[in-house]
Amino acid sequence: MSTATDTHADAHEHGMSDAGYVKIAIILAAITALEVSTYYVDFGPLFMPALLTMMVVKFVMVVSYFMHLKFDSKIFSFLFYVGLGLALFVYITALATFKFFIA
Amino acid sequence: MADIATHDTDHATDHGHHSSTGLSNNKLAMWLFLGSECLLFGGLISTYMLYRGRVQNGPHPSQIYDIPFTSVSSFVLLMSSLTMVLAVSSAQRKDDAKTNLWLVITALLGATFIGGQVYEFTTFYREGLGFTTSLFGSSFYALTGFHGVHVSIGVIMLLSLMGIIKKGKITGDKAEVVELIGLYWHFVDIVWIIIFTLVYLIPS
Amino acid sequence: MATNELPISSSQSLGAVRRPVNTKGWREWLFTVDHKKLGIMYGCVAFTFFIVGGIEALFIRLQLALPDGRILSADKYNQMFTMHATTMIFLFAMPMAAAFANYFLPLQIGARDVAFPRLNALSFWLFLSGGLILNASWFLGGAADGGWFMYAPNSGPVFSPSNGVDFWVLGLQIAGIASLIGSINLIVTVLNMRAPGMTLMKMPVFTWMILVVQFLLVFSLPVITVALVLLMFQRSYGATFFDVSQGADPLLWQHLFWIFGHPEVYVLILPAFGIISEVLPTFSRKPLFGYPFVVFSGASIGLVGFGVWAHHMFASGLGPVSVAVFSMATMAIAIPTGVKIFNWLLTMWGGKIWYSAAMKFAIGLVVLFTIGGLSGVTHAVAPSDTQQTDTYYIVAHFHYVLFGGMVFGLFSGFYYWWPKVFGKMLNEKLGTWNFWFMVIGMNLTFGPMHILGLQGQPRRMYVWTEARAGEGFFNLGFWNMVSSIGSFILAVGVLFFIINVIKTTRNKERAPLDPWDARTLEWLTTSPPKVHNFDRIPVVHHLDEFFHRKYVEDETTHVMTQVAKGEDLVRAEEAAADADIHMPGASYWPLLLSIGVAVLGMGIIYGTPIMVVGALVVLFSSFGWVLEPSVPEPIDFDSPSHDGHTKEIASLG
Repeated sequence: MSTATDTHADAHEHGMSDAGYVKIAIILAAITALEVSTYYVDFGPLFMPALLTMMVVKFVMVVSYFMHLKFDSKIFSFLFYVGLGLALFVYITALATFKFFIA
Repeated sequence: MADIATHDTDHATDHGHHSSTGLSNNKLAMWLFLGSECLLFGGLISTYMLYRGRVQNGPHPSQIYDIPFTSVSSFVLLMSSLTMVLAVSSAQRKDDAKTNLWLVITALLGATFIGGQVYEFTTFYREGLGFTTSLFGSSFYALTGFHGVHVSIGVIMLLSLMGIIKKGKITGDKAEVVELIGLYWHFVDIVWIIIFTLVYLIPS
Repeated sequence: MATNELPISSSQSLGAVRRPVNTKGWREWLFTVDHKKLGIMYGCVAFTFFIVGGIEALFIRLQLALPDGRILSADKYNQMFTMHATTMIFLFAMPMAAAFANYFLPLQIGARDVAFPRLNALSFWLFLSGGLILNASWFLGGAADGGWFMYAPNSGPVFSPSNGVDFWVLGLQIAGIASLIGSINLIVTVLNMRAPGMTLMKMPVFTWMILVVQFLLVFSLPVITVALVLLMFQRSYGATFFDVSQGADPLLWQHLFWIFGHPEVYVLILPAFGIISEVLPTFSRKPLFGYPFVVFSGASIGLVGFGVWAHHMFASGLGPVSVAVFSMATMAIAIPTGVKIFNWLLTMWGGKIWYSAAMKFAIGLVVLFTIGGLSGVTHAVAPSDTQQTDTYYIVAHFHYVLFGGMVFGLFSGFYYWWPKVFGKMLNEKLGTWNFWFMVIGMNLTFGPMHILGLQGQPRRMYVWTEARAGEGFFNLGFWNMVSSIGSFILAVGVLFFIINVIKTTRNKERAPLDPWDARTLEWLTTSPPKVHNFDRIPVVHHLDEFFHRKYVEDETTHVMTQVAKGEDLVRAEEAAADADIHMPGASYWPLLLSIGVAVLGMGIIYGTPIMVVGALVVLFSSFGWVLEPSVPEPIDFDSPSHDGHTKEIASLG
């Protein structure tokens, strides 16, 4: 009857300290500042790839650390990333049929 | 009868035998729901991406977006994820006072974000972008409005959770309930991370 | 006693709302969270909608029996075929599969209920609300008339001014929420509630197929939700999403609809595949041939099913690259489907086949689905598909796979599991009549449609004319008449089933506990099962656990010898019953919450005040739900049982 509490204790143990969370938040804030700077500074051809990379990094950091996926059971990751993967696949394909990426 | 009392704190493992995966039912359900939500927001984002340049009436995106303002409210929402995760970690340490404090701050940051969105919507409306003005208008308001509704529901859940904790009427494992609402909250934040880049920062 | 030290319970603090435990009669059904009762309710409602949808189909065939039909106006005809399809897919097929899944999935994995019993009740009531809203449109200004795919911009306010489409959007939205909640519930149930020893690869194939279906639902329903929301915003609040004059792209709706719509067709067929994968081995007296292949082909059908949606759009000008890619993907899906067909054939090969009614329907599925599958492959070839699009050839194809496939699978399930659910055997003789009338009726109805379609008779036209009906063998008039006569033979077949049910219900004779010498865990309990399903949670060692408890294999000769009878096993379980069994308690909130959602939805059509009322009910019942403890408090019972053997006390929320 103690499975539930055990898993929590585990998650906490393998999770992060509060200081760790603050560090992650500082990195996220820094990336956001960098993102916003693209509005003021001309990044040239790097503009799009840089923005998309920063977006993905922020996304993965929040999911892995704040949402604990990095420390939790792989089943949770499976359920979430299957949904995310399908979303990327179907919507990018659909937009491609509209010639969205060519124009 | 004693059995009832033990079951009260134990609704993750049901029916007198352990769950097959050793994981909580509630958390599995929440992650499935979030996986499903990816396809919901994916559809709204794709609709916006397809339609953002199609403006026959009213303003064009680049004419009305206020990047400095939106950057600030994006930052506010991002920081609310930090306070939320601190609430979860306090709840796991059974530190009720701190849990409550971080929940209040998270709710306030969320409410600030919503306030910013209301301000943004009214400004845009005054500048000529209504829900029915153009394909850009419809798809912009549908996407950001849907996200705003999600944040608002999150704020309501946070406030209700605080009330319920205060009155000692929580049913089930408190730390887990905080964690579940936290997962929802972070998800709403990551959706905004995508919206901020794709909608606001990348010009059409 | 420990109970005195419990914190003040919400049921006390909320005063009037004591939990409806120990209720009898209709209340027992209204507030139940028991997966078996909910399964039966799903089944009853779904079958009622099957009759409704069937009557709509008969109207369509009456209209088309003769040239220039006068039974229906053009407008009513449009409503009739739209509602026929919508009803059959969303209000019969999906909920009937949900009925089987609800009832048998927990039993097959050795669980006492689903993971979230109250959410399960919520799913059912939301589905019922959605179904009623959809059909209420008949009496409130006309039903939806845009076809089941409701292509925009035809479904926009300009071309569909009546409220029919609004009801359709709302009804589907609410039924969709029901399915989404249900699918999350069932996935968690399969992942977490399996009996000790039941690994994923020891699960019955029916459970596996239901699991795949729930994954399809959980990831495809949000897409139609988006489409429905966009359409609702356009119709009710003037948004421009499908307004071509504003530069909108009509293909947006088609993509969103079919990204959902194609996984949906596997949502419809896979439960039937699961059912006959139980029936064929049982009545062939052999294990299922190639169990892992059946499981993985089912899973891969599900996965590939997400990548083929645009084959519904070959005629829409997607461009050659898209068409080629989707054409290939579509052909690929024939491979796992073919694997399944061969597995079923090889299961029967060399078996001692018992031609019961359930088995007849299962064999009927294999044959008829294969015919429909083959005509399906002809659509995968894009040039051929362009010729067939919007003709009766398509109608023939999907009725072979849906009626010949899905409906036959469900009927096979009715005959197979009826003794389990109701403790009485359906009459086998009437079952045989039922089967042959349905087979003959279905082939006469849908077979000629291949010819009609290839001759160019378009779908969704309310009349055809003698002047262009053609000559001789290909005369449209002759085949339309055959098809209409066939539809009534089919209806008589369904009538035989209804008569059978009535006769069986009146019959006093109890069914044996293991009438078919079955293989899976749901038979390791009484018929109908007790509230708590199993007296003792079974420990699983084999695939087909129940069979392996009855039969032992000789190591050298591989001959199976019977060592026990099903009845003995059930009695043994009863003798070793668990002392404390805690079952979920009934609740008002699922019903109240779904009423709130329905009222909220109606507010979108009939104005904001109604919406506010609905929202308040939703909010109130959500709080009631959250505050209701996962366990009913002792105060919820009139006379708490003190012997420790009560079976009414809940353990989860």
